[in-house]
Amino acid sequence: MLDILLPILIFAALAVAAVGAWRRSRLWRQGRHARVDLLKGLASMPRRYLVDLHHVVERDKVISHTHVATAGGFVAAALLMILVHGLGLAEGVLGWLLLLASASMFVGSLFVARRRRDPPARLSRGPWMRLPKSLMAFSVSIFVITLPSVGLLPEGVLTGAFGTLFALILAVLVTWGLAEMLVGMGWGGPMKHAFAGALHLAFHRRPERFSTRHGGEGRSTALKALDLNDPDTTLGVEKPSDFTWNQLLGFDACVQCGRCEAVCPAFAAGQPLNPKKLIQDMVVGLAGGSDAHYTGSPYPDRPVGEHHGTPHGPIVAREGKALVDAETLWSCTTCRACVEECPMMIEHVDAIVDMRRFLTLEHGQTPGKGAEVLDNLIATDNPGGFDPGARMHWAADLELPLMSRRGQAEVLLWLGDGAYDMRNQRTLRALVKIMRAAGVDFAVLGDEERDSGDVARRLGDEATFQSLARRNIATLDQYRFARIVTCDPHSFHVLGNEYGELGGHYRVSHHSTFIGELHDAGRLAFRPWKGGRVTYHDPCYLGRYNGEFEAPRHVLRALGIEVAEMQRSGFRSRCCGGGGGAPITDIPGKQRIPDMRMGDVQETQADLVAVGCPQCTVMLEGVVDSTADVRDIAELVAEALTDQTDQTAATAGESAQPEASLAREVA
Amino acid sequence: MQPETATTPALEATVLVSVGRHPVTGRARRADQDARGVELAKSLPNARVGLLYAGHLGSDNESALRGYLGMGFETLSLLEQPEGADVLPALAEALEASSPQLVITGERAEQGEGSGLLPFLLAERLGWPLVTSLAAVESVENGQATLLQALPRGQRRRLKVRLPALLTVDASAPAPRQSAYGPSRRGRLDTRAAEASEDTAWAEWQVQPARKRPKRLKIVKATSARDRFKAAAAKAEGGGGQVLSDVTPEEGAEAIFKLLREEDVLR
Repeated sequence: MLDILLPILIFAALAVAAVGAWRRSRLWRQGRHARVDLLKGLASMPRRYLVDLHHVVERDKVISHTHVATAGGFVAAALLMILVHGLGLAEGVLGWLLLLASASMFVGSLFVARRRRDPPARLSRGPWMRLPKSLMAFSVSIFVITLPSVGLLPEGVLTGAFGTLFALILAVLVTWGLAEMLVGMGWGGPMKHAFAGALHLAFHRRPERFSTRHGGEGRSTALKALDLNDPDTTLGVEKPSDFTWNQLLGFDACVQCGRCEAVCPAFAAGQPLNPKKLIQDMVVGLAGGSDAHYTGSPYPDRPVGEHHGTPHGPIVAREGKALVDAETLWSCTTCRACVEECPMMIEHVDAIVDMRRFLTLEHGQTPGKGAEVLDNLIATDNPGGFDPGARMHWAADLELPLMSRRGQAEVLLWLGDGAYDMRNQRTLRALVKIMRAAGVDFAVLGDEERDSGDVARRLGDEATFQSLARRNIATLDQYRFARIVTCDPHSFHVLGNEYGELGGHYRVSHHSTFIGELHDAGRLAFRPWKGGRVTYHDPCYLGRYNGEFEAPRHVLRALGIEVAEMQRSGFRSRCCGGGGGAPITDIPGKQRIPDMRMGDVQETQADLVAVGCPQCTVMLEGVVDSTADVRDIAELVAEALTDQTDQTAATAGESAQPEASLAREVA
Repeated sequence: MQPETATTPALEATVLVSVGRHPVTGRARRADQDARGVELAKSLPNARVGLLYAGHLGSDNESALRGYLGMGFETLSLLEQPEGADVLPALAEALEASSPQLVITGERAEQGEGSGLLPFLLAERLGWPLVTSLAAVESVENGQATLLQALPRGQRRRLKVRLPALLTVDASAPAPRQSAYGPSRRGRLDTRAAEASEDTAWAEWQVQPARKRPKRLKIVKATSARDRFKAAAAKAEGGGGQVLSDVTPEEGAEAIFKLLREEDVLR
């Protein structure tokens, strides 16, 4: 009986799954056009899955092994099942392999079941709770049905009254398994993640973020520029269908593991953002409906079931409620902790900025001080509204060499808007002292420098960003320099990664990288560290955005400091709360993000936290009753400089001249 | 609810806008007071708001004027005038032709002559009442508007004015909404020809950057912190002032003349 039933069940399930998959793909195709190399994407998909995705999943060893056993077992079992039971090719080794695959899947499903017994808050419940049972139904039934095929059980065991009943039970289990594992893929069950996830990897919006066979870690974190030349297009994303089709596909790939939620600083602070819920809301939007069926943690203090949307309806309503509230989008600090943790390689931050662009550029609804900051950027080229002619007042006594006089230098020192901030001026002075001590041939743009456009871009004002960027590029084009050094990771990221699309290509270094190089070259000598315990806070835009985790630690080691690492450091560093314009929009929460970060610092019992970002300095220093001092790496280095350095500087200063001639034109 | 309100024709309001000048960098921008006027007009219920600009259109000016469009307008009416022209006749003619019920504008321009006299001259020429320092329009009913006028120290005065009327706003009006790039770029500048009248007096003037006027020092003779606080928080007491009512214009003028003599404004 099963001989006849199984092929019918299998091919029927495949057919229904195919119809579902086709319908699902029609949902994605509601999105905007995007240029994707389909064949190349599909060809590189296995590598992206096995290397890049696995690299993320592997951070949790138990889940990684569980997933390998379950998913690997399932893929093998499903393919072999079609051959063995669908086409009747049980002879030889195939049946035994199928036994092995389904057994592996069963072992994996036991671990899935164990995790689902008391799941952590970040996991979604609902249909996900039945998944281990479905996995077991599939693996056990396929295993048992295959036993007679390989001769481990006599063929006649499934005949007779008892045998028929047993066969019926098996048939029901197989049907359940097929329904969940194959049909559910196309029709929006939990297994959708496998189908959408595989295609998402193939057609990813940032193919350059994946590693390649030629080595090197792929890293692409720059926001995509908006085309401002066509006056009739909507700017940014108003409706779910305004996303590109592969972004929609990416949202649909979400496996609701909640790793993003666990690391999101805004969620932890009780602000109304949960990256997982946001992605699920986008899924609701692309299919149409309400968020009432969502079974994970809600946005803090926002009950589930009150929001609804359609593919062609607004995501954020001007008044009232639509798919998400504007505060949700403005809570994000763009720290990319969620993107870093996401095993499905979903790009949350880009999607949030796309939606912010619409709110700012079309509605003019940047909350908090946003409108004022943007107006200042337009009128004065800096967010504080200060006189552009006062940019160098902090350095009145330093006689800094100006590019407009020199025309060229080995290093262009990019000061950033911290030049107006008295706290950051201390860092800048320290940096200048280091540069002089090492005899570096450097110059600054002075009053010609403008805001890099980072804040404007992350507040969604692409027009102001592009205006600032183009004028900065025009200024930089006039001068010859080998590289740009800056103590502001935000400027670093924007100059290095985001100006390229607008025609500005520069070699940019963070000051910690540069100081490290100077020390390695023997141009700086330090007194041994005599202070207390030190920890280091990774700025998001230096670490996660640009992969620079080692250089600051290298400098601290050179200073003789042994860094007492925080639990969340390196790529898992917790944001200070200062990115993405979050201090400007200032969405209320239950606690402040910098307070939580200083709590992390306190856990290490450090007396001092070293930072490498003016934003982080301001945010962390603003914490009341903190147990640790906040110092920029440049300040620590400047304090530790010995007289010996000054002597080497004298000689190095002479040798700096020939180096200046090496300064190549950067076009 | 009420059938009258459904049939009430929309209130026609025109906001006179100008090209502002940023106080720090001097870049062209939407003028702050005019933008507040636009905000006030936008918040009027059941109002049809038009923007009117009379003046020269350069590339700098255009982006500044588009700033007003970004507050949610499709068009801005532009009366093309050569640089340095007296825009008063052109504005008055345009307003007489379109006959709005409310005309709102900022107290004074941020560049050019900036005397703050234009609303007065315009009201005189149109024969309309003028209300300065408008804080809010409370209601418009039966051709009469109930207005809230801002006075020093946060005081407000409620006024009833027969329409049409000319209203000016200063910094006490609500802050303008953000100008959005998309609508500002899509909006149209509806240029209309208007007769230009040369401002002969202006052409002869010499223009130089304004100096900050010195402030009269307030001398506080207080010995304790409490006295100093009281002095700082106290209302300015007029003391020497006098209220004249039911006097002839000659008597009023005489009183003002006397005061100006006393204050050494006239010698």
